[in-house]
Amino acid sequence: MKTYVNPVYPYARAAELDRPGAQRPVVIVGAGPVGLAAAIDLGQRGVPVVVVDEDRTVSVGSRAICYAKRALEILDRLGCGQRVVDKGIGWNVGKVFFKGELVYRFDLLPEAGHRRPAFVNLQQYWFEQYLVERASALPCVDLRWGSKVVAVRPRADGVDVTVATPDGEYTLGCEWLIAADGSKSSVRQLLGLEWEGQAFRDRFLIADIHMTSNFPTERWFWFDPPFHPNQSALLHRQADDVWRIDFQLGWDADPEAEKKPERILPRLRAMLGDDADFEIEWASVYTFACRRMQHFRHGCVLFAGDSAHVVSPFGARGANSGIQDADNLVWKLDLVLKGQSPDALLDTYDFERTRAADENILHSTRATDFITPKSRVSRTFRDAALALARDCPFARRLVNSGRLSLPAILADSPLNTPDRDADFARGPGAMVPGAPAADAPVAGPSGSWLLDYVGGVFALLCFDAAVVRSDVVALAQDAIPCRVVEVGGARGQIPAGFMTQAPAEARPHSPHAATPAFTRIDDVDGLAARRYDARPGTVYLLRPDQHVCARWRKFDLASVRAAITRATGNS
Amino acid sequence: MATLIIESNHPSPDDFYERLIAMHRGLSDEESALVNAKLILLLANHIGDPEVLAQAMAAAREGVRAARAPGAV
Repeated sequence: MKTYVNPVYPYARAAELDRPGAQRPVVIVGAGPVGLAAAIDLGQRGVPVVVVDEDRTVSVGSRAICYAKRALEILDRLGCGQRVVDKGIGWNVGKVFFKGELVYRFDLLPEAGHRRPAFVNLQQYWFEQYLVERASALPCVDLRWGSKVVAVRPRADGVDVTVATPDGEYTLGCEWLIAADGSKSSVRQLLGLEWEGQAFRDRFLIADIHMTSNFPTERWFWFDPPFHPNQSALLHRQADDVWRIDFQLGWDADPEAEKKPERILPRLRAMLGDDADFEIEWASVYTFACRRMQHFRHGCVLFAGDSAHVVSPFGARGANSGIQDADNLVWKLDLVLKGQSPDALLDTYDFERTRAADENILHSTRATDFITPKSRVSRTFRDAALALARDCPFARRLVNSGRLSLPAILADSPLNTPDRDADFARGPGAMVPGAPAADAPVAGPSGSWLLDYVGGVFALLCFDAAVVRSDVVALAQDAIPCRVVEVGGARGQIPAGFMTQAPAEARPHSPHAATPAFTRIDDVDGLAARRYDARPGTVYLLRPDQHVCARWRKFDLASVRAAITRATGNS
Repeated sequence: MATLIIESNHPSPDDFYERLIAMHRGLSDEESALVNAKLILLLANHIGDPEVLAQAMAAAREGVRAARAPGAV
């Protein structure tokens, strides 16, 4: 490849080869996007974590390239969002073509006032490299390259993992094992666990090319284009003038022959023209499937990302959902490790993320069925929807080139406190219990976006002077602390008796001790109040993963404490 | 005069489309054509309004072979 050289990370002889090690709290198998995200989150919380990976480098090939807004917001909390955004290519607009003609365009983020775009395209190797660098900077994270898991033995109170290295094998004991080792998960296979789903009878060629071009930074999808008749094609821009092109090949294509440059070049020439100046960076032919394990928790083993569930790539729901798995899992695991929640809290990881996986599988299966119709009548309906799409807006909603990744709304989670106040907005985009917190521009002491002030620990968003000083102190001093974020109106009038800064006696017990117990931010454009359907006095309780778990029109200390008890599996 | 709705009118377009395709599962092309024809007749009767049906027929015929269908408005 011209634009990237895979780093080779150092292998180090493990101390356990010479003497048995102490029991570890957490071992993660797999240093891909999901394992690294989990490791960074644990490391930020001060939980010692060992990550083992059989390779000594990042992804070979660009693989997962589309990182969605929610994944970027999670990365912001993990301290690597900005690097990914700076290096990557942000985009919001997609275009759909049928037989060479533009039939419609869509904008995935039509409103202003969000820190992150709908998507950033970045090659997976860059993405992983940034996460490796972030993880390596955390003293609690022990990355072990060239270390392959060859045996997994569950115990009553943990797991023993046998790791093979160039210097021989050793055993690592841990309380919790996170299997983030991808779709061919060794942990899943070593434990003899199954997953179920369907494989699709189609093949796709991915070609990454290096090309200087002034194509717009948009997602372009072609059904039956003149340059690739009867099949589909997809174009994405990545960092460093690398472009991703997907060609649908059909089930009968020969995967080995199609990978050869002499087969790829004519396809690219037909698409880009004879004058285009490009070089092939990387190419791969793949098939895909939608599958998931029935459960993501098996005793002390927790499956996350592709090891637990896989989807077809249309919609970018693979890596993005895996990062949400890690986001959902780690705060729960932290509470269980501290003895502040029963281990049954981890069953809610299974509950919430198996439902999210079902949603992702449903969307990606539908997209695949639209792109690769299974029957003549299905193909006829597809072409009819495409033919109507230019003039009839309803038909655009039927065309499915991929329903692009949106965060799961954990609406039926047992951790939510159902709305008691009936006048809250519901419906699409509403901040119902289970929804991930919406961002908004704000002014405040440590960042100009609302999401800068929540996450990591429980947070209470209070609109316009809802909470008095003594209650802020009480929440900060609880065993599972909750910080208060006061969202003021744009004019920032604070009634007498309410605070303007954190009281000195509010000292949270959390490892996020640097986080103040109280922060006041201004809703500079009024968008926070609008997005949260807030009135003066409205309060929202957000989980450490920034999902709403309760909301009220009026603050009440006992209700907030009860909601935290519920959201931590302690009720 | 009633106007054909061309903005999306399905509560969940993807649910509708999945059900539409699933209706044809296991059918031959001839059987599918028959099922489609029955479906159109049922929906046309449900709609009833001749103006709306004429507009729908014209929109459906649009772009399929240059000459207008006999009797099209």
